[in-house]
Amino acid sequence: MSIWEYANPKRFMTTSAAILPWVSALTVICLATGLIWGFFFTPDDYKQGSTVKIIYLHVPAALMAINAWMMMLVTSLIWLIRRHHVSALAAKAAAPIGLTFTLVALVTGAVWGQPMWGTWWAWDPRLTSFLILGLFYLGYIALWQAIDTPDTAADLTSVLCLVGSVFALLSRYAVNFWNQGLHQGASLSLDKEENVSDVFYFPLLICIAGFVALFLTLVLLRTRTEIRARRVQALLARDRMA
Amino acid sequence: MIALLLRDLRLAIRAGGGFGLGLAFFLLVAVLVPLGVGPEPATLAKIAPGILWVGALLACLLSLDRIFALDFEDGSLDLLATAPMPLEGAVAVKSLAHWAVTGLPLTLASPVLALLLNLPPQGYLWLVASLALGTPALSVIGAFGAALTVGLKRGGLLLSLLVLPLYVPTLIFGAEVVKRGAAGLEVGAPLLLLAGITLAVTALLPFASAAAIRVNLR
Amino acid sequence: MMPDLGKYAAAVLTAYGASIGLILALVGLSLWRGKRVQRVLRDLEERQARRNG
Repeated sequence: MSIWEYANPKRFMTTSAAILPWVSALTVICLATGLIWGFFFTPDDYKQGSTVKIIYLHVPAALMAINAWMMMLVTSLIWLIRRHHVSALAAKAAAPIGLTFTLVALVTGAVWGQPMWGTWWAWDPRLTSFLILGLFYLGYIALWQAIDTPDTAADLTSVLCLVGSVFALLSRYAVNFWNQGLHQGASLSLDKEENVSDVFYFPLLICIAGFVALFLTLVLLRTRTEIRARRVQALLARDRMA
Repeated sequence: MIALLLRDLRLAIRAGGGFGLGLAFFLLVAVLVPLGVGPEPATLAKIAPGILWVGALLACLLSLDRIFALDFEDGSLDLLATAPMPLEGAVAVKSLAHWAVTGLPLTLASPVLALLLNLPPQGYLWLVASLALGTPALSVIGAFGAALTVGLKRGGLLLSLLVLPLYVPTLIFGAEVVKRGAAGLEVGAPLLLLAGITLAVTALLPFASAAAIRVNLR
Repeated sequence: MMPDLGKYAAAVLTAYGASIGLILALVGLSLWRGKRVQRVLRDLEERQARRNG
């Protein structure tokens, strides 16, 4: 067994063990503050009524669903180029989180769309591309599950992640072409004119921070689990050899 | 390369199965849809472009796992990987062979099926053109999916799950061309985009597929 | 305590309930699998330590 099998994961394990309590605390604080502030202490929107409160879940979840894929893309690249095992396992650990966030975004969107647009679902470009993103997550997770040899699985899923990223982007523009949407433009952009108003803005920022922290916590936690699972496999294999 | 192409074509035709199956499936879709949605000509004319494209896409999907599976089992894929010809080229040739036995017959048969679905007459030309331009992309993307799942025992279902999201852009632009063509509108933009996808995919994806095969043969 | 959600109460509460449910399920699943793998690994390492020692 080469030194890379242990040295790097070991350092990751000690570092992540030190960080994990802090990010989990940060997650709880941010999410509790943001959601309670948003839910109890923000006014209703004059057009949307109380449904505007859904924004505190919908926007951060959607944002992190996309960022989770970005992170998987980066870690997949690191794995393909530098062959750090932790990187591949972090990508594996992130996929179900991304899928869950995609689901949250879709569900909250549907529940919001029902009273506002009068429909649970519309084949709007943003909605459609999110559904497609969910399908990409499903395929990626299924490919991990299907392959027994860990390194083969890491290689193939990384290649799928790279190709999938290009196609996900392509699909995004394709559906834009195919249907003009109901969905409003960006709620957060550098262009101040478009933004949601300040009352909603600050709790939303805190919620986004909370979702980022939640994502970090879960990735660290799940990567630690994957590393341990890999070590279990290695030990069992050694037992069988002996 | 030409030898490989001829060999694949001969195998596909001789082994039966793959060649006729896709066409039969395409025909069945075109027959079943009117049975399901009812015979009103106006409804059928409206959905015909979409149905024909989805049918072609699914028919293409049927035979994807055969691109590499047989060669993987009898070991000729290992030989191809070690042959002087680059594996990327072999992948491209095998995708071409797949297209020649699925995409090409589908394209040629599509006007007949469009008749069944009551496609407006001005759409026929664009249906054939869009399928001729788009189905090569389906084969090349499919070959990538097949390369990812080649080592797996029950890869068929997984293959569909992996490949279908990748088909989204091709399907959208392909069906859009036919829809606009049938309505007598300008089709230039989606047709060019469809051609762009096919060209880009044919140029780049064989590299990813070959990488996946090398991993699977390791 | 409870803010007046007006006629959209059901929608807002469903959205919060479903999202928090989904996220909690993910957190629970991650924790549960983490604990289980950790236990298996500890058992294995102890067994190995006994055998070597």
